[in-house]
Amino acid sequence: MATIAPGPATLPPAQARRKRYGSDQVSGRRMGLRMAIGAVVALVFLLPYVIMLVGSLKTRSEILAVPPAYFPTEGLQWSNYVTMWDTPETPLPYNLVSTIIIAVFATLLVLLVATPAAYYTARFRFPGKTVFLFLVIVTQMLQPAVLTAGLFREMLVLGINDTWLAMILINAAFNLSFALWIMHSFFAAIPKEIDEAAQLDGAGKLTVMFRVNLPLVWPGIVTAVIFTFVSSWNEFAASLVIMSTAENQPLSVALTKFIGQYATSWQYVFGVSIVAIIPVIILFALIEKRLIGGLTAGAVK
Amino acid sequence: MSAQPVLANPAASPGRKRRRQNSDGLPAALPWIGPVLLLIFAIVIFPAGFMIYNSTREISQSGIDQGSAGFANFADVFTDPNLPRVLLNTVVWVVVVVSLTVLISLALAQFLNKPFPGRTLVRMAVVVPWAASVVMTTTVFYYGLDSNYGIMNAFLVDIGILDSPYGFTKNVIPALGLAIIVAVFVSIPFTAYTLLAGLQAVPEDALEAAKMDGAGRFRTYFSIVLPQLRGALAVAVLINIINVFNNLPILRIITGSIPGYQADTLMTYIFKVLQFDRRVDIASALSVLNFAIVIVIVAAYVKIVKPMKEL
Repeated sequence: MATIAPGPATLPPAQARRKRYGSDQVSGRRMGLRMAIGAVVALVFLLPYVIMLVGSLKTRSEILAVPPAYFPTEGLQWSNYVTMWDTPETPLPYNLVSTIIIAVFATLLVLLVATPAAYYTARFRFPGKTVFLFLVIVTQMLQPAVLTAGLFREMLVLGINDTWLAMILINAAFNLSFALWIMHSFFAAIPKEIDEAAQLDGAGKLTVMFRVNLPLVWPGIVTAVIFTFVSSWNEFAASLVIMSTAENQPLSVALTKFIGQYATSWQYVFGVSIVAIIPVIILFALIEKRLIGGLTAGAVK
Repeated sequence: MSAQPVLANPAASPGRKRRRQNSDGLPAALPWIGPVLLLIFAIVIFPAGFMIYNSTREISQSGIDQGSAGFANFADVFTDPNLPRVLLNTVVWVVVVVSLTVLISLALAQFLNKPFPGRTLVRMAVVVPWAASVVMTTTVFYYGLDSNYGIMNAFLVDIGILDSPYGFTKNVIPALGLAIIVAVFVSIPFTAYTLLAGLQAVPEDALEAAKMDGAGRFRTYFSIVLPQLRGALAVAVLINIINVFNNLPILRIITGSIPGYQADTLMTYIFKVLQFDRRVDIASALSVLNFAIVIVIVAAYVKIVKPMKEL
């Protein structure tokens, strides 16, 4: 509710634009109205992140001031982005490194494992293919949170509890099915004749996949990569239980340590959040077009 | 199952013949699909089985298996005085969040499907909460509605909705209400995009025919657009049910400072038992209960959406 309320604040610029369009087009009035609604919608969805950005530029006394000021009055504290890495709550540089390593290696593992399977299931028949794809779909509906109690014990028994490896495997396994599914639909869209021509020239299956198919399905691969990366980057539930050492925890878990403190350093929480959110937003924006439809490939048709 | 769509579509039969020629049997397929199977077995199926096994064991707080407990853990779970409240919270949480999300997303998808200058930018803005970490998004709301220094609270006072800042995260009902708003906020992007995909499949000529016949906007929406959206809607609803049911960070942050279990859902309760009580056996029994509910939802997904029909 609170996020919708500030809507009117954006009306003036939208109204100005409405006028310009109104003189050019027959349906200008309606277009202007749509743009105004669009601006309000955009503002509502961006508002928490604007609050985050503004908060990250306040001083400690400003952000804890009662009553609070909407905007910084003592100048923009860009220095927060330097000093925030050294706080008593959690070793943030380590948390950032953990987040990066877990997300990068989980994504690489998914790519390595899912690409051949996606290619093979899109191209060839084999006994048990339906069962295999069924298994993949069921996995897609599960999340680490559902199995955390089992995963926690399993990692303890394997002796890899509280390691990057454990979280790389978990993130890879739970994002595998989506990546496989989307790549499968891209491989399936390539005419088989292309493969057959290459095979006639004596190319093996691996060569056909790498040389002939991969250049054609790269949009699918990019989508799978970005999606896996973003989801591993933001994973919370399993990391919360499995990563017990402060240095090993990803940012999602580390940042919750600030909450409930007597005087939380919100400016640092928000600074770190901005640093962690901007790269993934850019990645997601890159595949914005493919988010429509691509995500539910096979299901919505 | 896989033969069905091929039979239903006569044009596909030459392809079927060719595909059969391509079948080399399971041994030839294993190098290609083996790693996927290994990962799914090791990280999804094994822990699920292990969790079920652990739910019948007695496990000490330091993690040592002290032998069989039979169904004692389940007996503990089902006689737990907190369980009725936790289950009630879970049902309210899922039903309210999913219905609000779907209703708002239906309107938003309809709007984002109309052409207007700057539409791409608005669509991108809508993607942001989807890409951003739920933990980080939730912290903003938690901070913003703090009763002392929260700027959302200050804003509500400035525009006259509140007389004085209110401690939203201090009491059970307002905290759950706030958590619901945050959950709806972060669930809308995926839902709106899924419904947008469905809207783009609505045939243009059907809409024009309806216009010709003099059907009003509402009539057109309910008799042409909505039936076409059925598939997308089913996917959106089911995936949202799963996601909201299993959500941990929102409630953990917003209701985390409330003592006791009055504001817990099954998921946050499991994590409290696992982390604070260090009772892996009880947490496993609770997780098995949770897992059983998820399986029922997944079965509904497979039955209603029939994701295999494309194969």
